[in-house]
Amino acid sequence: MSGAVLEVRDLEVCFGDVRAVRGVSYSVEAGEVLGIVGESGAGKSVTSLAVMGLLPRHAKVAGSVLLHGTELLGAPEKDLAAFRGKTISMVFQDPLSAMTPVYRVGDQIAEAVRIHQKVGRERAAERAVELLDLVGIPNPRQRAKAFPHEFSGGMRQRAMIAMAVANDPDVIICDEPTTALDVTIQAQILEVLKKAQRETGAAIVLITHDLGVVAGFADRVLVMYAGRQVEAGTVRDVYYRSRMPYTIGLLGSVPRLDAGKRLPLVPIEGNPPSPSCLPPGCPFEPRCPMAIDECGLAEPPLTEVAPGHRAACVRADEIGDSGPTPAELFDVGGGSGTTGPGFTDTTASADAEGGAVPMPVAVPPFPVRLPRERRDVVLEVEGLAKHHPLMKGAIFRRRVGTVHAVDGVSFEIREGETLGLVGESGCGKTTALMEILELVRPERGRVVVFGRDTATLTPRERMAVRRHMQVVFQDPLASLDPRMTVHDLVGEPLAAHGYKDTGPRVRRLLRLVGLDPADAARYPQDFSGGQRQRIAIARALALEPRLIVLDEPVSALDVSIQAGVINLLEDLGRRLGLSYLFVAHDLAVVRHIADRVAVMYLGRIAEIGQVDQVYEAPMHPYTQALLSAIPIPDPDKERERRRILLEGDLPSPANPPSGCRFRTRCPKFKVLGDARRVRCVEEEPEVRMLEGDHGAACHYAEKLDVV
Amino acid sequence: MAAFLLRRLVNYMVLIAVATSLAYMLAATALSPRSNYEGRNPRPPAAVIDAQLSRYNLNDHTPLFERYLRWAGGVLRGDLGSTWNGDRVDAEIGRRIGVTLRLILLGVVLGSVAGVLVGAYAAVRQYGWFDRLSTAVAFVVLAIPTVVLANTLIIGAVWLNDHLGAQIFLVSGEATPGFEGGVAGGLLDRVKHLVLPTVSLAVGQIAVYSRYQRNMMLDVLDADFIRTAMAKGLRRRTALVKHALRTALIPAVTYFAFTFGSLLVGATITESVFGWHGMGEELVASIRTNDVNTVAAISCFAALAVLLASLASDVLHAVLDPRVRVG
Repeated sequence: MSGAVLEVRDLEVCFGDVRAVRGVSYSVEAGEVLGIVGESGAGKSVTSLAVMGLLPRHAKVAGSVLLHGTELLGAPEKDLAAFRGKTISMVFQDPLSAMTPVYRVGDQIAEAVRIHQKVGRERAAERAVELLDLVGIPNPRQRAKAFPHEFSGGMRQRAMIAMAVANDPDVIICDEPTTALDVTIQAQILEVLKKAQRETGAAIVLITHDLGVVAGFADRVLVMYAGRQVEAGTVRDVYYRSRMPYTIGLLGSVPRLDAGKRLPLVPIEGNPPSPSCLPPGCPFEPRCPMAIDECGLAEPPLTEVAPGHRAACVRADEIGDSGPTPAELFDVGGGSGTTGPGFTDTTASADAEGGAVPMPVAVPPFPVRLPRERRDVVLEVEGLAKHHPLMKGAIFRRRVGTVHAVDGVSFEIREGETLGLVGESGCGKTTALMEILELVRPERGRVVVFGRDTATLTPRERMAVRRHMQVVFQDPLASLDPRMTVHDLVGEPLAAHGYKDTGPRVRRLLRLVGLDPADAARYPQDFSGGQRQRIAIARALALEPRLIVLDEPVSALDVSIQAGVINLLEDLGRRLGLSYLFVAHDLAVVRHIADRVAVMYLGRIAEIGQVDQVYEAPMHPYTQALLSAIPIPDPDKERERRRILLEGDLPSPANPPSGCRFRTRCPKFKVLGDARRVRCVEEEPEVRMLEGDHGAACHYAEKLDVV
Repeated sequence: MAAFLLRRLVNYMVLIAVATSLAYMLAATALSPRSNYEGRNPRPPAAVIDAQLSRYNLNDHTPLFERYLRWAGGVLRGDLGSTWNGDRVDAEIGRRIGVTLRLILLGVVLGSVAGVLVGAYAAVRQYGWFDRLSTAVAFVVLAIPTVVLANTLIIGAVWLNDHLGAQIFLVSGEATPGFEGGVAGGLLDRVKHLVLPTVSLAVGQIAVYSRYQRNMMLDVLDADFIRTAMAKGLRRRTALVKHALRTALIPAVTYFAFTFGSLLVGATITESVFGWHGMGEELVASIRTNDVNTVAAISCFAALAVLLASLASDVLHAVLDPRVRVG
């Protein structure tokens, strides 16, 4: 590799006694994209900051970073500053906090130009406008005068990219560049990055936890685990011929858009080790299903297993090119053993411990499911609307507009069914969920829970309904009181509804969600994210609800942990006959867990139907664009897909477009003749049932396979 | 921007009117100029006292509201009324405003600038020797009452003067009375008088600002945008000044304006220790002498000062943080 632009050798980073990065080596050539993947805490970002020399002063960095053959580690700040932004530049994750709030966007880009180029103020400003134009910001001359807070997330990230390419760098390091963005915006930004690379011919180091993004974008991949690289090679080698059990597990735990419930998710048991107390041998050994005695002795070195393909596993050769599938390796697929041993004794001990407290397992496991039409409706929402007034003025407050957060949403959930409510941020899905949870008469429309209209409930009845309808929130740390023990948290709903002697039941609930009942005396902070979410689920299950409302329950978790929680929810739903309303922005997760899905856009439902129907043959142009924007962690498949790019950002819900709300960004609207467009502009489409119970709110709905 | 300031100005005018009126009512009810006359020896006849008080609009036998209207009418015409023994209030106040301004202007400006610099540097080198030293000194200064600090300075200055055998620091008053030595000599004399009060004010300000600025700076030091600025190729020092300090300065500016406003009437102790006859001293004296109109006038001035300061802080804020102009 003579043409390497950036070469990192044996990079080590320590914060005090904590070894965050332990011996990472890689090199990138001009025009090449290297993907660095791994879960949070794997040391991905620290590696890139070390390369840039931007780590805090107390970090100790060792090894070697060569940029065009010049050593960067230990170089004086003056030399480093001359490289930064000129030869090597960086795009950060959160584009709002990454821009100085008090300077105009154009000025910040112009600053980057003027640091390295001897040009006048006006020429630099001009260049900033050109760069904004390059990254696809409309009206660049005008928008250059805006402040960062006036930009949407996608536009800010475009501006960050403009800043990064301002001096035609040779290496661009992108640290989770699309993690904070919605999928349709992510697709736009990835396009911009590709364009930026074409313009500059730079090498790109793409750091992400999203295996789908890497599959479609990178040439080579580096998998990191516990501060070390555990596998490296070309994308196809790593994805199709993985040699390291961690990589196999990671690939198996990602919910995929192109595979429904048929392919079970493969969770990796346990949690990544803390960098302050690593196991003596291979750091993955405690979680590895293939571990043998030798694994615990010493950390395996990264060795070449095939030309250009390296893995750090003593059994890499055994795994071979046609290694086991994730399901085989991690022993899942059949039976109910997915979520730990808790299940077996739950049913067994149910009768023995009976008494005042009801049993969690009231329904027999795997009940025979009636056809959908003959099952009861547990939740019916009809024309639900929630408008927030938009006020202005400090002393004399006046209403200047209305935010149509939710504007006429209808759906129903039947017994034992999971409805996924999906959409991008700002589409009103959480507002809709909160309105349902209120259990009062909504602003407009009707909410019927278990056959009772919420508008007519008395407080006592409302309490009774709540008992059967529980909720799990997104952030498990924020939704669990840090000063209560797990026992008190899980037992609280029981106490609130007048149960005494909650101990045995709490223990059973903990076993049910795959936690050790002995942990009941500990506090939420002692648990990892996935375990905390299990506590929240146990609390929701305490009163034997019939319906559980889940607000982004897995979006804060790493994929290997997320898979375990999804499997748990699926399993509980099946065993206890629960119905779920599952609110999420991740369509791949929803495909895995939901029976039916409703796609929301700007406060209205765009498309609703059976999961397989909607995903395989979406009819609404928005659903089609949304599905096409989600990357699939399969390099060959991903690179063959045609992406429907949406233009611009979500319109403000305070001022939605007339007629069809999606028409301003609709790819179909663009190709329609004027005569047919009139209908989109003037008439707001209602959800029409087009095929059985598959409906779309589009005047010109047409099936299209985009996955 | 102009419209925004105008709107603020109108709001402030209303506030000043309300504050001053309330202060007048309170002073007119609580203070009794009559007792000043009654306490004279020999005691003047009641009718004479009444006539005298009525002439100065201080007669508590006149209904409060009537007195208020007469006073307010005068204020609107620019007449602040009379003291209890018939002197003009405006003349005295006007002179004392000048004294106070000369006293605090330098101290406050020096104190805030130095305080901001000390705080910012301490934050950049958090837990370094400078940070520890400035923290310790700041807390010691904050713990010492102004009166002790000022007198310690005087003792130190006198000791220094004695040892050097020259009058470098002058500790009392604004200028040496009856000083003759031309314009340059007069100016030097004034500077010699000014040094100690300025230092005593500035030290306290530095202590407050350095703590304040240190915290603000620490908040932004870890901000992502500093990292971005350095990733662009800015040297650390430049990034810290241009991006961190600029952002962290915004709250300090607001604080500066309000300190300045309140010190105009609030530097009483410094004034009295160094023998400057300024507004603070006058406020205390006028309350002691039941001088209703002077109290009301000083309250009016205080309200004006605070609100002008707040207007100035709005302007400075808008300069440092252009977002407020857009928003």
